[in-house]
Amino acid sequence: MPVPLLVPALLAVGFLVLPLVGLVVRAPWPEIGAQLARPGVGEALRLSLVSATLATLLSLLLGVPLAWVLARSQVRGRSLLRALVTVPLVLPPVVGGVALFLVLGRQGIVGRWLFEATGFSLPFTTAAVVVAETFVAMPFLVISVEGALRAADARFEDAAATLGADRWTTFRRVTLPLVAPGVAAGAVLCWARALGEFGATITFAGNFPGTTQTMPLAVYLTLQRDPEAAIVLSLVLLAVSLATLLLLRGRWLGRGAVG
Amino acid sequence: MSGHPPGHRAGRGRLLAGASLLVLAGCGTDSTATADGEVGGTLTVFAAASLTDVFTGLGDQLEAEHPGLDVQFTFAGSSTLATQIGQGAPADVFASADTAQMDVVADLAADEPAVFTGNALEIAVPAGNPGGVTGLTDFADPDLALAVCAPDVPCGAAAEAVFADVGITAQPDTQEQDVRAALTKVQLGEVDAALVYATDVRAAGDDVEGIPFPEAAQEPNEYPLCVLAAAPNPAAAEAFVALVRLAEGQQALTDAGFRTP
Repeated sequence: MPVPLLVPALLAVGFLVLPLVGLVVRAPWPEIGAQLARPGVGEALRLSLVSATLATLLSLLLGVPLAWVLARSQVRGRSLLRALVTVPLVLPPVVGGVALFLVLGRQGIVGRWLFEATGFSLPFTTAAVVVAETFVAMPFLVISVEGALRAADARFEDAAATLGADRWTTFRRVTLPLVAPGVAAGAVLCWARALGEFGATITFAGNFPGTTQTMPLAVYLTLQRDPEAAIVLSLVLLAVSLATLLLLRGRWLGRGAVG
Repeated sequence: MSGHPPGHRAGRGRLLAGASLLVLAGCGTDSTATADGEVGGTLTVFAAASLTDVFTGLGDQLEAEHPGLDVQFTFAGSSTLATQIGQGAPADVFASADTAQMDVVADLAADEPAVFTGNALEIAVPAGNPGGVTGLTDFADPDLALAVCAPDVPCGAAAEAVFADVGITAQPDTQEQDVRAALTKVQLGEVDAALVYATDVRAAGDDVEGIPFPEAAQEPNEYPLCVLAAAPNPAAAEAFVALVRLAEGQQALTDAGFRTP
């Protein structure tokens, strides 16, 4: 291996992995069982997994078509559109949470109308957690899928069209199978981002155990009171997400789809 | 995790510290000597977020009294600050919003931490009081949108205590990570009421109305203050603590809605 690559690569591994080692070393192992048995831990973990999965499904449903529009259609202003929909990548999530209030809160542009008509208000519900996570995580999926679409060989689609398939059939039967690994990789990235989401969630969905308190929120609030317990919670989240990603990689994604 | 960067004063503070030392060296010591010794250089104060307005004003005043002194503040949740001090943050003075967080750093204090002011809970409602909130018992109404602080932070612990005193089971929709976050929900009109400090209601201005309740006096928050043993600038730290404790500082705190303990 060439040294100019090996040395920085080793530095990168150390930089990324050592903080994790720090958490493992500092964790209060003798009392870890008692910490995990505390009420609310399982609840927060379940809520995190469910809401991150729902956010990923919602992102797939809306984000894959958006990626197709960005990569394949001839819509004018695509560059501007692409820049706009990737804004959540650079927007501080707390600001994203406030922005969601201004649109979907009960005083928001759309939320006000909904609240007056039905009495329903989105903030502080589990649905708000999913919305906040989707807002922050969907751009990761869109970018991955758009990249896969651009890299895919468009001649297969042309061939399908020549053989009489309409564009929807071509998309379903040719394009989607072609970019499946890219979609899977994007979905995993999106899921991981949603699982760790903190700022938009605590701002827009608030924090209430069982309803909106996901693991990152539980970790942050526990840190205020009991840093060791917060380390235990972080390790649980890390272990579960690592296990899920490794399992997915082995079972469904195949080699090379996910890093 | 994102949000809440703990400190935003590092680089500039160091630059200013260097500049102040140069100024000191240039001016000699004639104008900066006090009974406590020389007051100059950089003073670093870690203080609870609720003290932001009052302490900033007092810091400006101290700088005016001592040319060559530069007062730098880090305002954040008391528990965050206590953690940072425990990890070796170079603070001279620590002012906490409750005694529990001061106890966390008690071993690192140069003197016995003493209570210098107090705060009491108050109900905050959006202007016009759309939920028709009248008092603490409304926090048991499941139909209202309500915010309190999480029990892990001082204002949430105080909220739990008053609910227990009054004997109601609160039905909040959210437990916010700090008192200002709870206040923000009121300002945005997303909750009908939140339980915050009286000083926050006053600082929020016209967007927010306050509803005091008598039970708040039973659970006052006490604010202790101390100079840290590892203080890089103990002389300036003593001068700041003296300013806070004496008449001028106490008046500024009262004006902002704090209560004499």
